[in-house]
Amino acid sequence: MNSNLLTSVAYIGGLGLLFGIILAVASKLFAVRRDRKVEEVREALPGANCGACGYSGCDAYAEAVAADECDITLCTVGGESVCRALEKITGKEAVGGERKVARVLCGGTLENRKKSFEYSGLQTCLDVQMLYSGNNICGYGCLGMGDCVRACPFDAIRMIEGVAFILEDKCKSCEICIGVCPKHIIEMVPESAAVTIACSNKDKGAVAMKSCKTACIGCGKCVKACPVDAIEVKDFLAKIDYEKCINCGKCIEVCPTNAILRYNNKRKKIVRKPKINEEA
Amino acid sequence: MRQIIFVIMGTILVENFVLQKFLGICPFLGVSKKMDSAIGMSGAVVFVMTLASAVTWAVNEYILLPNELEFLRTISFILVVAALVQFVEIILKKFIKPLYKSLGIYLPLITTNCAVLGVALLNIQRTYGFGMSVLYGFSAGLSFMVALILFSGIRERLETADVPDAFKGLPIALVSAAFLSLAFMGFQGLFSF
Repeated sequence: MNSNLLTSVAYIGGLGLLFGIILAVASKLFAVRRDRKVEEVREALPGANCGACGYSGCDAYAEAVAADECDITLCTVGGESVCRALEKITGKEAVGGERKVARVLCGGTLENRKKSFEYSGLQTCLDVQMLYSGNNICGYGCLGMGDCVRACPFDAIRMIEGVAFILEDKCKSCEICIGVCPKHIIEMVPESAAVTIACSNKDKGAVAMKSCKTACIGCGKCVKACPVDAIEVKDFLAKIDYEKCINCGKCIEVCPTNAILRYNNKRKKIVRKPKINEEA
Repeated sequence: MRQIIFVIMGTILVENFVLQKFLGICPFLGVSKKMDSAIGMSGAVVFVMTLASAVTWAVNEYILLPNELEFLRTISFILVVAALVQFVEIILKKFIKPLYKSLGIYLPLITTNCAVLGVALLNIQRTYGFGMSVLYGFSAGLSFMVALILFSGIRERLETADVPDAFKGLPIALVSAAFLSLAFMGFQGLFSF
């Protein structure tokens, strides 16, 4: 009995030791030298694996950068600091545009928008959307169930008065929220763009006005007020060309429905106070 | 030659490892969502099963039997399979980079595939010789491949099928796996070897 036990232990232990030694020797003997550059680049990347660069993760992007297959400015999460770090490693110069942030193009807070029915199903935007395109009379606006809030890997989105709002200092431009929004009302805008038409309603003015107090009715007053011709009305919806816009705010003053909002550019806190029509 | 074909066809159709012996169900359900990964996984399994049959046969014949340690068969085979997979991975990484890349993550996953251990133990149970063990290991891998590729094709179709809500996802996959297994029952008695 005792000898049996001992031989078993010795045998299994011996076998394990043998395999261990073989594996250790093999891993030394057949070691593949990994590119130092890949590891350095990988270290410099944030490791969020969000895929905003277009590669399947930080590892894949690091390999592409090290192999000089792509630009070094693709990591939107790391932003400028990562670009600088990659400049040092690769010796290339980072040439990139301005940082972009996501912005929700809807100002229809619970107070402003009108409901078409009471909804008590699953509390996700996708589910509301599938039921008669949502419970807002406005078929374009934010549904307020927070699919984007849950999808954001950087905790940058809040639901404020029933409309999603993106904290632009936390936004890492990964564009995940754009993909999950069933209404497609989230857009990437340059960080410096302070004035935005916070509406996506393409209905005619009268129809839009009935569905939401802050809908863009396509009246064109902003187009006339704009000193740099940055605004254009298409499908009864005004649109600002951010490249031309100088953030003067003249359009905000003339907008009869207060559909144009100024976003806090310092991004220290949430500023989202649409002036509500005095007579309303 | 006739014998070889009989073994291969018999293992694939009559005693399919996944659909008749119910071995390796975990990777069967886990990596059958996409055809690409199913092909990668089953390729790696064929490779490892063939090698494992050879090595475990040698371990049994030259170490376990002479020392009357047959009762340690299972545990030592687990050890052998795990070490073998690691070893193969190191070798492939060094010498056959494209194969290593195409097998990717599936190679280490096989360490815990019970079909590999199953084929090693069955070889001993049926007292196969060396050549027959390797052949049986190879055809067992092929049977896994056939089952996995068939099933991944079915699952890709299921993605777009109109399935009742309660059955969406894994439940309908399990039901269709059961039907696939039932269908393979029809091959029962086709060959004997």
